[in-house]
Parts: sequence; C-alpha cells; structure tokens
Amino acid sequence: MNSLEELRTRVNLTEYTVDNVNSTCFPGTYAGYDDFWSQEKFEETFHIDIVSLSENEMEFDMVGVDAAIANAVRRILLAEVPTMAIEAVHVWNNTSIIQDEVLAHRLGLIPIKADPRLFEYRPADSEESSSEDTLQFKLKVKCTRNNITSDATDPDILYKNHKVYTKDMEWVPLPGQEHLRSKQIRPVHEDILITTMRPGHELDLELFCVKGLGKDHAKFSPVATASYRLLPEIHLIREFYDDQAEKLQKCFSPGVIELEESEDGRQVARVANPRLDTCSRNVFRHDDLKDGVKLQKVRDHFIFSVESTGILPADVLVSESIKVLIGKCQRFLQELDDVTKTKKKGKKT
Amino acid sequence: MESIESIMRYDKEKLSSPIKTVEDKWRLLPAFLKTKGLVKQHIDSFNYFINVEIKKIMKANDKILSDADPNFYLKYLNIYVGMPNVQESLGIAQSISPHECRLRDITYSAPITVDIEFVRGKQPYIKKNVEIGRMPIMLRSSNCVLTGKTAAEMAQLNECPMDPGGYFIVRGTEKVILIQEQLSKNRMIVDKDSKGNIECSVTSSTHERKSKTYVTTKKGNFYLKHNIFSEDIPICIAFKALDIASDQDIMQLVGNEEETFDAMSPCLAECHRAQVFTPLQALEYIYSKIRQRMYGTKKSKADEARDVLKNVILAHVTVVDWNFRQKAVYLALMVRRIILTQAGKIKLDDSDYYGNKRLELAGQLLALLFEDLFKLYNLDLKKVADKNIPKVRVTEFDITKFMRTDPITNGLANAIATGNWTIKRFKMDRGGVTQVLSRLSYISALGMMTRINSQFEKTRKVSGPRSLQPSQWGLLCPSDTPEGEGCGLVKNLALMTHITVDVEETPVARIAISLGVEDIENLSRDRINKYYTVFLNGNILGMILHYERFVTVFRRLRRAGYINAFVSIFPNHSHKCVYIASDGGRVCRPYIIVSNRKPLVTKHHIEDLCREFRCFEDFLHEGLVEYLDVNEENDCMIALYESQITEETTHLEIEPFTILGVCAGLIPYPHHNQSPRNTYQCAMGKQAMGTIGYNQRNRIDTLLYFLAYPQAPLIKSKTIELINFDKLPAGQNATVAVMSYSGYDIEDALVLNKASLDRGFGRCLVYKKQTCAVKRYANQTYDRVMGPKVERDTYKPIWRHQALDLDGIAAPGMKIENRQVMVNKEMPTVTSTSLQPQMGQVKQTEYKETPISYKGSEPSFVERVLITSNQEESFLIKMLLRQVRRPEVGDKFSSRHGQKGVCGLIVPQEDMPFSDLGICPDIIMNPHGYPSRMTVGKLIELLGSKAGVLEGKFHYGTAFKGDKVVDLSETLIEKGFNYLGKDFVTSGVTGEPLAAYIYFGPIYYQKLKHMVVDKMHARAKGPRAVLTRQPTEGRSREGGLRLGEMERDCLIGYGASMLLLERLMISSDEFEVDVCGQCGLIGYSGWCQYCKSSKDVSTLKMPYACKLLFQELQSMNIVPRLSLKRYNEI
Repeated sequence: MNSLEELRTRVNLTEYTVDNVNSTCFPGTYAGYDDFWSQEKFEETFHIDIVSLSENEMEFDMVGVDAAIANAVRRILLAEVPTMAIEAVHVWNNTSIIQDEVLAHRLGLIPIKADPRLFEYRPADSEESSSEDTLQFKLKVKCTRNNITSDATDPDILYKNHKVYTKDMEWVPLPGQEHLRSKQIRPVHEDILITTMRPGHELDLELFCVKGLGKDHAKFSPVATASYRLLPEIHLIREFYDDQAEKLQKCFSPGVIELEESEDGRQVARVANPRLDTCSRNVFRHDDLKDGVKLQKVRDHFIFSVESTGILPADVLVSESIKVLIGKCQRFLQELDDVTKTKKKGKKT
Repeated sequence: MESIESIMRYDKEKLSSPIKTVEDKWRLLPAFLKTKGLVKQHIDSFNYFINVEIKKIMKANDKILSDADPNFYLKYLNIYVGMPNVQESLGIAQSISPHECRLRDITYSAPITVDIEFVRGKQPYIKKNVEIGRMPIMLRSSNCVLTGKTAAEMAQLNECPMDPGGYFIVRGTEKVILIQEQLSKNRMIVDKDSKGNIECSVTSSTHERKSKTYVTTKKGNFYLKHNIFSEDIPICIAFKALDIASDQDIMQLVGNEEETFDAMSPCLAECHRAQVFTPLQALEYIYSKIRQRMYGTKKSKADEARDVLKNVILAHVTVVDWNFRQKAVYLALMVRRIILTQAGKIKLDDSDYYGNKRLELAGQLLALLFEDLFKLYNLDLKKVADKNIPKVRVTEFDITKFMRTDPITNGLANAIATGNWTIKRFKMDRGGVTQVLSRLSYISALGMMTRINSQFEKTRKVSGPRSLQPSQWGLLCPSDTPEGEGCGLVKNLALMTHITVDVEETPVARIAISLGVEDIENLSRDRINKYYTVFLNGNILGMILHYERFVTVFRRLRRAGYINAFVSIFPNHSHKCVYIASDGGRVCRPYIIVSNRKPLVTKHHIEDLCREFRCFEDFLHEGLVEYLDVNEENDCMIALYESQITEETTHLEIEPFTILGVCAGLIPYPHHNQSPRNTYQCAMGKQAMGTIGYNQRNRIDTLLYFLAYPQAPLIKSKTIELINFDKLPAGQNATVAVMSYSGYDIEDALVLNKASLDRGFGRCLVYKKQTCAVKRYANQTYDRVMGPKVERDTYKPIWRHQALDLDGIAAPGMKIENRQVMVNKEMPTVTSTSLQPQMGQVKQTEYKETPISYKGSEPSFVERVLITSNQEESFLIKMLLRQVRRPEVGDKFSSRHGQKGVCGLIVPQEDMPFSDLGICPDIIMNPHGYPSRMTVGKLIELLGSKAGVLEGKFHYGTAFKGDKVVDLSETLIEKGFNYLGKDFVTSGVTGEPLAAYIYFGPIYYQKLKHMVVDKMHARAKGPRAVLTRQPTEGRSREGGLRLGEMERDCLIGYGASMLLLERLMISSDEFEVDVCGQCGLIGYSGWCQYCKSSKDVSTLKMPYACKLLFQELQSMNIVPRLSLKRYNEI
C-alpha cells in the first residue's frame, strides 16, 4: 500500500502516539483522488456484515462510512432511542430501611419490558396520565416472620418476603390498555434486588412508567452500552523465527499470531486474525520486536457492538437508531427547504 | 468485635493459607488490635481511673472532721463507680444504653457510691452505697454496658460493633477528651534561658501541688529560682538551709572534679559575702525572700522557711522527718548537670525529644478534676457540719442528709460538655480539652480518637515543637497533622502506639534494691565516680556499680513477667544514670525480641496465633514481644526487616507500615507520594462522606452525610482491613480517564459523566436535625402543640401547615419547603408570674404562636419524628430532615492522594470518550494535576485497580509493601491490556480516535462534604441591619457581598468616584438629611431646631452610618458640624 493510500485509510498506532486519526478524505485534499460523494460509489463500498446476533447482543461491521455517521449511530443508540422507564413513584407506605428518594431512583433504573413504539411521549403539560403514554405498576410487599422454630440464622429461612425483587412488581393495566395484555408487560429481569426488608417493613408503591430518551436520563437508554472499534491490522515487516516468534505471539491476544513451520523447519510468525487483537501494543515493550511490527487500524471499518438492556432486541435497536437518524436528516432537509423558501419569498416582496 | 461471618471467612482464609517464614508476622497486629482495640489508650486510662485511681483519691481525702465537735468525723471506707443508669421519675434507676442517651439528650453516666462511717449524735454509724454524684462513663470502658457484648447484642442496643468507643455522651452529644501532650513532670531539663544562660529546671508534680524549680546561672554564680521567692537564692545558701552546713559537704555533694571546684567557688564566696554561715541564718535569709507569707500561723521564721523548702521547692522529692538530705542531693545534682553542660561534657536536653513528653488522657484529666471536686465536696460537708452541729435541734445532726449529688455530677458533666478544665489547687484553667466527636465519616471519628493536642500556643511561630522529631518514629503518624496554625502541634497516634498508665512504684523500687542498688547515704563520695545513679520516676533511688548487669537482669525480670511490662529502664552514659520509668502517659509500642540474631517469634508461634491458640498477651507473657518506650528504644538496636538483623540487633519491628496512623493508613502506596500530599489526604479523608456506622440510620445528629452507594476501595491496605474501612467505606471506585477535555477541567476541575450521575455515582443524603422542647413553666402553664390551621372554605390546611399531621408535628415522609411549619408550637404569653385565679372568673391562659419553621432554599423530607423526654424538659421533639443530592457543578471530590477538585462540567455519556471495549469514564481528570504534585501513588492505584477489576480481586497498596507494579502490569498484559495502563480511546464527539493513548482505569474517589448548594449565595436586594441600615452580612442572613477596604482602594486609585459613591452610599445606606447651613447641625423636615429657623436648611444625602456617627458623637458631648457651601461657590 502506498503511503498516500495509508494516510487516507489507516490509523497508525505507534509506541506513544496515534497517528492519522482524522479523516482527511475531503474533495480536493488529495490530487488524483475523487473524494466527491456519490451514491454509486457509496453503494459499492458500503456494507454491513452481521458478525453475531443473539437476543440482547449484536456485533456487526459497518464498512465504508465516515466516522461521523458511525458515531451518529452510536450516539443515537445511547441517547435517542426511546424506551419506557419508571418516572414517578407514589409512595403510600415505605417503612423499609431504604429512603423514598433512593428507592425511587433504584426503581427508575429497572428496565421495563414494554415496546416503546406502542406509546406516545407524555405531553409536558398533562396532569392526568393516559393509557397512551403511561404504564402503571404496583409494588406491594410486606415482610413477615416465618414461623420456624429451628435456630436458623439465615434470613431466607427466618423471614418471608425479606428480599424484594422486580418479580414482585405487578402491572396494573390502565383503562384502555387491555389490548396490551398479550404483550406481557413486566420488568425485563425478574431477579433484580430492589431492597431487603425485615419483619414489619412494608412497601406500598405505585409506579408510573413513561416514554423517554437517554439524553434526559440514563434510565431511558435502551442499551447497556453501544460502541465501536476500528478493525486492527498488524503488519509484520520482517520475519520472526522461533523464540522471537513465540515472544511475538504472546504480545498479542490469543489467535492473532499463528506460528507456522517455514521451509527450513523453523517456526515463523504469521498474522492469523488481527480482528481479535485488543490493541494492547505490548510489542513495543520489547526492543527486539518493535522494529518489525506495524500496528494499524482501518479507518472506515467499524466493528460495532450493541448490548441491549433487554427491552428491545439489539438488531431492532440498531434499525430504530437508523430510523431516528433518518428522521433527523429529514427534519434537517425540511429546515433547509424552509430557509430557502423564506429567502425566496423575501426576494419577491 | 467483628461480625460472625467475617470471622468465619477470616478464619478460613487463615487456616487454608500456608504460613511462610515469619513473613506473616504482621498477623501480630490484628491480634494486638483485637485485644486492645483502636482506642485502647483512652479506655485503659479511664478504666484505671474508675477502678484504681479513684480509690487512691478517696484514700488521700478520706476524713472529714469538724472544728465544732472534736468527736465528729466522717470517714470514707470505699468508693465505687457503678453501671450506667438513668433516674426516671419516681426515682427508679433503670439501666440505659448509650444510644438512648444520644437520642434523649441525657448523660451516659453511672452513680459514684461510697461506704461511709460517720458520727450521729455520739454513735458511729456505717452506711453503705451512699451516692455522692454521677460519673460520665466512657463507652466500651469496663463499666459500660457495651463491654464484652457480641455484635448481635450490640445490634440489640442500637450500637455499631465497629464503633471504637472511648468517648463520653454528655447531654446527648458525644464528647472526646483529646489526648494532651505535656513536658514530663519531675524530670530535670537542662536548657538555655532567653538570655542564653544555662539553667536546669524541674516541674514537680504531686497530688497537692505543681511547681517549677530552677537552678540558673548568673555571672558565673548559681541560684535557686522559684516563683515563691521574690529574688533568686544563691545556691550555697539554699544548700545551707537544707542542713548541708559546711562548704566541704556542699562540694562533696556537687562533685569533686576540677571544674566543679572552679564553678562552685564563686558561689561559696557569695554565700560568705551574704553573711550566711549556719543553716539557721540561711533559713532566715530564705524567709526574707518569700513572696507571700502564710497568714495566721505562729511559726518561727526558720520553720516557715523550712515549710516552704519541704512543700514547695522540688515538691516531688519527699522529706521524711525534716531530713532534707534527699532534696540536697537532688539539688546538687541539678547544679552538677549545669556545670557539666557548661564544661561540654553533656549536651543540653531537648525539650522536643519525645522521651521527655507525657500524654495526658481522659483518665488522668478526670482524676485531676474529680479530686478537686471531691475536695471541694468534703470542704462543703465540713462547713455544713461546722454550721449545724452547734445548733440545737430536735433531730440529731445527720451528715448524710447533706450529701447532695449535684456538685460532683454537674462539675464532671459541665467540664466534659464545655471542655473547660478548671482545677483550683493547681490554678489550672484549660479550655478546649474536649471536642464534639466528629461523625462526618467513620474515619473522622476514628481520627479524632487518636488526636493529640499540644499545650503549645498555636499562635507562636516556633519551628522546634512543630517539626517532626526523629524520636517520634513509630509512635506518632508522620503524615497526619493539620495545615496552618495547628501544624505539627496537633498530632496523631500511629497504629500500634500504646500509652502507659501509672504502675505502682514500690514493687519496682524493691526489685531494684534487691538487684544491688545502694542507698546514696551509705556511699562515700570518693567512690562515687564509678557508680551510676538510679532514678525511679525522676526521684533518686540510689547508686549502682555494675549498671549493665542491673539493666539486663531488670529487663529479664520484666520479660518473665515479674515486673510490669510497661516499666522501662535505660542507662544514660553521659549522665551516668540509669532511669527507670513506671509513670503513666509514656508512649510505647511492641517489638519482637531478637536474641542471637534470631527473632524469638517463629513460624509456629504465628501458626498458633492464626489458629487462635495464642493471643497477643501470650506473646507478651512468654517474653517473645515487649513494649519499648521512646527512651528505652535508644538503648536498643531495632531491625526494620528480618534480613537486616546483625550481631547487635536486639529487637525486630513487627510491621513497618504501623508507623502510620489511622488516616494515613487509608492511602494506597503512600510511600510513592510526595509527603505533603499524604498530609492533605489525612485532612481530607475526614471530610469524605460515606458511612459512619452500622447504626447510622438510627441516629439523629445535627448533621449527617451518607453516600447512597458507598463502595469498598479496589486497592486496599492492611490498615484498611484492620480498621474496617472496607466495611464502612467513604467513597466510590470511579473509572477515570486522565486526559484533557473541554476547558472546564483547568485548575484541578473534574469532568463528570452525566450517565454515571444518573446511575447513582456520588449521590448523597444529607440529614439535618430539628429539635423542639415543649416546656412546662413555673406558673403551671405549659407549651402546647396545636393541629394545623385550615382554610375556611376548603377545610384544607393552609400552605404553611401543609406538612403537619393532625398532632401538629410534621408527618414522616412529608416534603417541607422554605418557611413551612414543622412543629406548630404555642407558648403561653405569661410564663414568669404565677397567675392569680380571680374569684368567679376562670382566666384562660393566652398563647402566642412560636412555630418551628423550616429555613432553606432546597426542600427537605421528614425522615423520622422522635417524641421523648429527658430530665430537664418535659417533652422533646426531634425531627430528622432528609435531602438527597446528586452531584452538580461545583461539588468537591478528591482521590486518596490529596488531589482534590471540583466538578467543572457534566458531560452526557455519548460525548464521553470510550475505549475499544466501550467503556466510558465516570470522571475525566486533567493530567496537569500530576507533574507538580508528584502523586505517583495515584498512578499505581489506577494500575492496581484496573488489574484488580480484570482479575476480580482486591489488590493491596499497603505502605512499604503492597503489590508490585511489575506484577500489576503482568496481569494487564495477561488480560489483553497495555502494560502501561494506557488505552486506545475514541472521542465521543467526533467519533475519531484520540491522538494519544489515555491512562484509563478505576481510582477510588471520595465525595467531600463541601457542596455548592450549601454555599451558593447572591443578592440583589434584601434585608438590612437595623442600626446602620446597611445590608446584612453573611449567607445565612441573605447578606450583601461587601466591597471591602482593599476593593475600595482600587476604585480610589482608579479614580472611579461615581462608582465609589454608588457602591458605598447609594446601593448601601443612602439617607437624606436636612442640614442647617448656619449651625451645621442636622435638622428635620426643613427646620433647624438649634437656630429655630428654616432659613438656611438644605437637604443632602449621606450614608446613614455617617448620620449615626454624628448623633452618637453628639450624645458624647462632641458636636460635629457640617459646613455647607454651594458647589458653584467653591
């Protein structure tokens, strides 16, 4: 690869700095390169490969796109895909050790298994909650003594209900929410410990969920985290044999470097799967190795990992986020149109 | 004192882990702390006082006689301090728990009872268990209800098993008697006075008297100096007065070397010049110099002088049957010390040397106070007897009827409550002896218990007593001292320091004598040069020829347990003395004994210790470990590590990290930090909020700070485990990225992740107390609490009463906003005079509203309401108000390395940089914080925490050991991370990688108590002071921000006269006055009362304060006149 091509497409990891971090492929930057954007070229280079997909986790490669776009998807996943979360707690009784505010805060962070697409945002000025924008739960638990005569000290045996879990939360359909019964509205996990209690302690709470965005409060964020990394590339400039090869292998994550038998019967190091590397750059620790290795990352190859909180499947979240992005673009275009229209109007008059 | 599970877990750990060499000798430390506890000094001292010392005090003052009746007497037979109880109404005493005292504002005290024998009529009677007062009881002392209780029993009593105890509860507040540092009593100190003359001084202290005696030099002569003399006494006259008549005898006592002759001869000459030859003449001479003479005695001049010499001069040297020999020998030795110092043979004593210091603890201080009160009490009883016996009454005079309890009860309680220690017989009046136990965090409470207060004046700018003395090694924490005026004067004990209590002298003296110490009387002076003088607690015991043998045998006896472990012995070769000390207040610490290059503590001893076959005491009894005080340390060779043991080594350090105290023990890798940083952290650790004890939710304190989600630090230290900081932590492990971000991180500001805050990072609870006493008055009226007022139409409570329950007290769980009422109390208008009920009409008592209302811009919630009673008030309503606070811009945070910073910016998570794993930091810290501070420990902490997180275990950052950086790096490499701890990080804003690798990992962060909501203040307009009409001062009064003198100077210098006028007058206290142009006085409404005219009156503006000044001057007969001119006529 020539140096210019490298400059354009690779991030260079040296011992102390990261070089070529910024994308410079703007029209006119490089002679001989046509960096103007075109749909055909984009369609040709851009592709998304789903590497793995389970219910809550997803890994996919997004290739051939600028960092800004990939980052936008990441940011939207974190902050702008709506979910339902507990926003208001009416405390009728709380004699447990935990303070009302702290309890409410804990409850707020519980992911609620309810498709946010079925609900509306609650209008800021509304006083009453309606079936379109609110889900109601009830949490009513009382801890009592278990009538056990043995001299057990384990609280699990001694007391009933001394641990309050999310499974104790009970969905109360509001009038007009009967159709949601089939959707099984409940907290995602049933074994999140909310609080512990002792005999005589009692909780009687009404919980109200609303639709919200992660940028308002982290509890609305639909992902545990969503991030990406760039595809690593490892170039061995010279050959590494035997001891050195083994040493080199240890400097990278398992599976990155493979040892092969060369023609003369020596072990020689070969890059097998650079994707597995964690970019720990531990080669640079060894003076005898660091001259023969070049670490790079592909600037437009984003390895996304999305970890859902379980409210929506990870793949749905990604498509939702892209819908949000499309919505943003459309709104922006609309704004631009409006501006040009008003300008034209202004000229006429 | 640990919970059962932890002991079980601990044991498993102990049993399963193989024991290596004596590497594990640190296990002696938990054993030491287990038997002694963290505040052992206080508790030991108090126990000694209530069990031993108090009986001695009683014995010393056990008889009351009356001048009125020679047959009358009252004799104390015994004295006891009981178990703490409380006298409820009906006089029933009930046992009480400390927590109840805290809640109900009562004193945690126990009755002091005596057995007495007294005369009533002509008959002697014996009466047992007569209460003479109440003694505040130290928590966890021998008489406290908590001693020996298990964790479960403690929980029953609402007490935290981790709480160290060692403090008092007086009227509901927890009070600590700080350890007081003093120069040791009854020891000779040779030092230079202000003029550079060498002097030798002794502060004598006996039960009756405290006095300071000097021997000074003036123009080559020696003088005896004391406050009681108006003039210094020539030393030879003093000797003669002490029955050393001949000059030869004097010289024999002082010494018979060449230089002593030279030094003494002018003194002898001076004595002759003063025409004093005989003891009688000397006594008369001394009598003439006594400043205040005793009145009413009909003694001769000589007898009076003898009295002074016996009781006042060198009071600690006892005189038996008017034999002054001992005193003369002592005085001679003082002179000799000076002569030898002048000759350069011995060095000046260093008064900062820690062997010359004694620490006074709660027990000793209380003993002084109690003895004073007891004497006063007896004196009062005597006065009562004198007054009442001559009176003829139907019933015979019964002294027990006059034995009240309040003088002693109140005397003790008031002293502890106020901290004013007034002891009449010593003319001592010390303030600030006690302090309120700081319950900001567990560490602040612990730190307070180990604090040492110096008697030095804080304002004096001396460096000597403030600097770190080498002799403080291992005994006082080198890091933990405040900055500013108290620097170096307020100190803290190290982890293993023990403070001795008094040990009986007589058995020690007996052993010494049987070991060959000869009486000084029996020795001839010419042989004396070969002998060493033996001192016992500053008094001369005798002389010994073979001092080495004496010292070694004495030590062997001590190790064998024949002598108390805390008696120290050490020779001083330049003084040619052997000092034995058994007095209380010496600091000491345990060491492993080494003999023949081998430490006596071996592997199997430690094994036994782990299996709990042995405890620390056993090690002591078997002579494997011994306590050394500062002075004895000087006679030993102590190896720091086993590898350093040589032929001469006598002792081995148990663990080097114990040279640090409790607060410095929290710091991970403190030996990698610049020293002042550790000092800063010691101060800041006390401000960190977190948990304060297992009973924290039951407490109702004036101010409490809790963290919503406290975490144990990822980097622990041995100290942290020993003091249970991991069970009562104060901080959270935050993921930190050391990088620059935005511009809001300059000057140590931190950038916080908003999502972290949403998830509960740094969230804290602030509790405040509100009390209200419902009183009953002398005239049978009482306060009442009324229900809420309701609005007429809706029957809903008015806004101010919205939080009230039907009983007129705010209901738990209610939100209270500014100016809302918490207790709707009403008070009768007339409380002093008794209401005369008029015949026929029953007058209704009139009430005025005195509600307790809430002040504060932020609303609070009522957590709990307590209605109780105590002895003084009939009812006591305590209310706990709660606020939950989430960190905001301006809140203060700090790591454990003296690196504090305020939150400068809160950034949404999507803008935060993220690593390849998708980790976002909780905190971004600016790297400029490192180079100048040199807190390398923090860097290692990050590395260690990161490795610990990846491995799922805690790493150790113990001082002088701790996990090695190499090992930590190795773990990082193993887990696929960079060995330097630097990660490849992508910017959250642009989505492109950052051009540098970022040092990234968890660091334990503390949230400090300083929060913006408590400090934020601004004012546009608002209240004004009544007198001056200027804006009020201070945030609490919504005051203005003062444009001070220096600011004013700037404006003057700039020439901004209109701005000055606006700031200083118009915006402040502008006032219009009418001034008469003729007389220059202030008139009113266009009229001059002085001139009786309105002709020349003009209106002008001036500050109200100026007008006030004029009027005040007028009231003092000074007439300020204003001369007015038209501005165009100047």
